[in-house]
Amino acid sequence: MILLPEEARLLIRSEGERAYPNECCGFLIGKSGGTDASAVSEARPARNSREREERYHRFVIEAEDFMCAETYARKLGLEVLGFYHSHPDRPAEPSDYDRENALPFYSYIIVSVDGGAASNMTSWKLPEDRGGFVNERIGAIHGVPENINIEEDDG
Amino acid sequence: MPVIIQIPTALRQFADGRSEISAEGSTAGGAIAASAERYPDIKRHLYDEHGALRSFINVYLGENNIKNLEGPETPVKDGDVLMIVPAIAGGTVKPS
Repeated sequence: MILLPEEARLLIRSEGERAYPNECCGFLIGKSGGTDASAVSEARPARNSREREERYHRFVIEAEDFMCAETYARKLGLEVLGFYHSHPDRPAEPSDYDRENALPFYSYIIVSVDGGAASNMTSWKLPEDRGGFVNERIGAIHGVPENINIEEDDG
Repeated sequence: MPVIIQIPTALRQFADGRSEISAEGSTAGGAIAASAERYPDIKRHLYDEHGALRSFINVYLGENNIKNLEGPETPVKDGDVLMIVPAIAGGTVKPS
């Protein structure tokens, strides 16, 4: 399970709507829970570096931007837990292209944006055998990480 | 003294949890390949089915992406630090 504060959830949704009809993308910064739930403290928008004409169905976060996000997270004593991106007018389900470009460990949040309005939000993890994404539940966080209240949420 | 390879968080679980490993090699590609031989579980995440480095895997020698140097043939010497940094990509299926 990945725990998402309301601010992060709203930002991901608004970023998806702002980028529509193109894809948005960004980082999930927080604390890894190991085998337990990981807690996001911040969703941080990233630049979609794909060619402008491809951004309606593709995103790329360049390695340089990834390094900057890792440095930012480390300074806060946090880490990059994963990434979010939007699927304009498509379901919030990972594509084969998502899987080919994914790594284990990270959470991949997808928000569907239908006609410019954010709708369903899902999260996925790639198993070690790269066989196929596995859906992970998104929970809500209320309060500071040291005193987390978890609320089940299906997006 | 061998080359130092820095491993991204996502792949450390396949390298005994190490953030850095050492490997022998006279080129960047050779050193990365040697590290993949030592930690076989990391291999499938670095290389595609054709044995080429996955397109989203970037290797930095110092501040320079080896794509901007001589690619996998970029010479390295003992004590050099190679950093593996993924680019992140994805997207939907192309609308019909």
